Amino acid sequence: MSGGPVLIIGAASDMARAVARAYAQRGHAIQLAARDVTRLEDDAADLRTRFGVEVSLHAVDALDLASHKAFVDGLPLPGIAVCAVGAMGDHGESLADTEKAALVMRSNFEGPASILAHLANAMEQHGRGTIVGISSVAGDRGRASNYVYGSAKAGFTAFLSGLRNRLAPQGVHVVTVLPGFVATAMTEGMDLPARLTAQPEEVAEAIVKATATGRNIIYVRPIWRLIMAIIRNIPEPIFKKTSL
Amino acid sequence: MTRLSGWGRFPAVEAKVVTARTTADVARQIAAGPLIARGNGRAYGDSAVNADSTLAMRGMNRILRFDPDTGVLEAEAGVLLAEVIDAFLPRGWFPAVTPGTKFVTLGGAIAADVHGKNHHSEGSFGQFVDWLDVMGADGTITRCARNGNSDLFDWTIGGMGLTGVIVRCGVRLKPVKSAWVIQNTIVANGLDAAIAAFEDNLNAPYSVAWIDTLATGDALGRSIVMLGHHAARAELPPDKAARPFYTKRPGTKRLPFDLPGGLLNATTVRVMNAAFFWNEKRKPRRSIVDWDRYFYPLDAIQDWNRGYGRKGFMQFQCALPRASAALGLRDLLQAVAVSRQGSFLSVLKRFGPQGGRFSFPVEGYTLTMDFPVNDRSLTLMDTLDQIALAHGGRFYLAKDARLGAATLAKADPRAAEFATQRQAAGWADAFRSAQSERLGL
Repeated sequence: MSGGPVLIIGAASDMARAVARAYAQRGHAIQLAARDVTRLEDDAADLRTRFGVEVSLHAVDALDLASHKAFVDGLPLPGIAVCAVGAMGDHGESLADTEKAALVMRSNFEGPASILAHLANAMEQHGRGTIVGISSVAGDRGRASNYVYGSAKAGFTAFLSGLRNRLAPQGVHVVTVLPGFVATAMTEGMDLPARLTAQPEEVAEAIVKATATGRNIIYVRPIWRLIMAIIRNIPEPIFKKTSL
Repeated sequence: MTRLSGWGRFPAVEAKVVTARTTADVARQIAAGPLIARGNGRAYGDSAVNADSTLAMRGMNRILRFDPDTGVLEAEAGVLLAEVIDAFLPRGWFPAVTPGTKFVTLGGAIAADVHGKNHHSEGSFGQFVDWLDVMGADGTITRCARNGNSDLFDWTIGGMGLTGVIVRCGVRLKPVKSAWVIQNTIVANGLDAAIAAFEDNLNAPYSVAWIDTLATGDALGRSIVMLGHHAARAELPPDKAARPFYTKRPGTKRLPFDLPGGLLNATTVRVMNAAFFWNEKRKPRRSIVDWDRYFYPLDAIQDWNRGYGRKGFMQFQCALPRASAALGLRDLLQAVAVSRQGSFLSVLKRFGPQGGRFSFPVEGYTLTMDFPVNDRSLTLMDTLDQIALAHGGRFYLAKDARLGAATLAKADPRAAEFATQRQAAGWADAFRSAQSERLGL
């Protein structure tokens, strides 16, 4: 595995906590980054106590683009950077209020892309490193039920794809994660089918495996690859009449 | 809404479940209305079910500190014993008390004041709790211990989550020299022999008996009594002694679907029990067993609770005081034998003295049996209740799904005291489970 610590951006989420544990369990030092680092202190204590690894906390606001360069410059450069920043928002509110829609777009695309752009530049200079972006199957095709969030994730997925293409010759690897349904705070209360719903720990293991083996795009539960292939290939005249 | 039940999958109700990840989440839910905290859902009945508001505590699973000088572990209540073992057995520490599954949370273990195979020698889980942080009805957290806010501490251990939400705890782990247990088995051909085996081996740290509930006549109560202690390095063969905390971790098997409800019937259970008994009889008396197989044999089959079919199953567990235990056990076993309702897994265990204020164990014997959910089982269990009552027995609420309030009141005068205390302290308005409503606690 690549040397150096593992950076988790958006570290307070369920998925991020699971990812941090998965890497700490394998002995990596961990850098936890989120807007409010006081929220992360117990998580840091947990990683240190369980796994005996070094853990540092770093404040970063994904929406404050101007701060991102300083954030990256202030870090010991991570070997692996995992971006778990994101917010689904309330789709109904996003439809009624374009400012709220813009916030969803910025939280899921502009902010994460900006942080990763700075990290990519730093890793490119060193000629090594792995970037993991947690995007979403919602970005594979815009649907009436969540296209604001979906469009932002589509942008993020395209950004990661381009980044991978650009950095591959430089020795920097980029992984795109499309988790499908995951049982987290973000989906709590939703009626999700159990067979399609991964636990955060499953996502974490899939990410660790992908970074170790150099996979490019991963769907956590394989069935999602099939589901999204079907959804992407429904002809538009039919698709526009469906409610998915 | 989520379909929610205990481990026995009976009763199941549609319930509103919210996961707590921080103490702020807990406070918010308490303010929203009466609730019950739920750990990993290993209580068998409805102890951790509240249709209107069940607070899932698995999101609070941070291990905060460990002091290798004292063995005190500080952690959030949603941490599983399995996580504690993963992190600390390699460093030579093990839970001081553990029930028969490692998939319980610390909070759940404290709320039920669970016991293990060492109850006769070391007591229940609560004995190893140094302090608790309990969030009360007003959303404030009270640190309680034996020497500060001791009333809250005593009622919370064994209090079934009805005194507040346990958010953090300090528990003492025990040092062990290896991940192995030396097991000695004694074949007891009847109930008297089983009791004698327990009484003759009170100095064994661990003891438990598997009991054949379908044996009758002279063989009534025939058992395999299993004694054990953590192996010292000198007791291990060289390969194990060289890496004393290393054990192969076999993958778990999963029961992927519900077995047909009638599959575990009197005939199949009888055959399996007899086969197990004769098989154990053939084995060598002394063996070296890894911790997982010794303490948690059933954990190796994930979702084993599906074995009783869709309707689920119920457990009957009572404790009888030492003086009336022999007669009481005989009557209970006879009633089961007569009913021909075999219990697939039946366990007999010697208890030491009671720990917490409302804790289940009483010095004597405890008998655990499981039955499929059907009318015959319910009738049988009512009969067993009456037999236990007649012999001064009490009932384990972590197993219970169907006890009546009147039966509990007769069995356990502490229930009324607890209910009064709950009213006086304001707990009754904020913390309720389907079980506490049913039992009038």
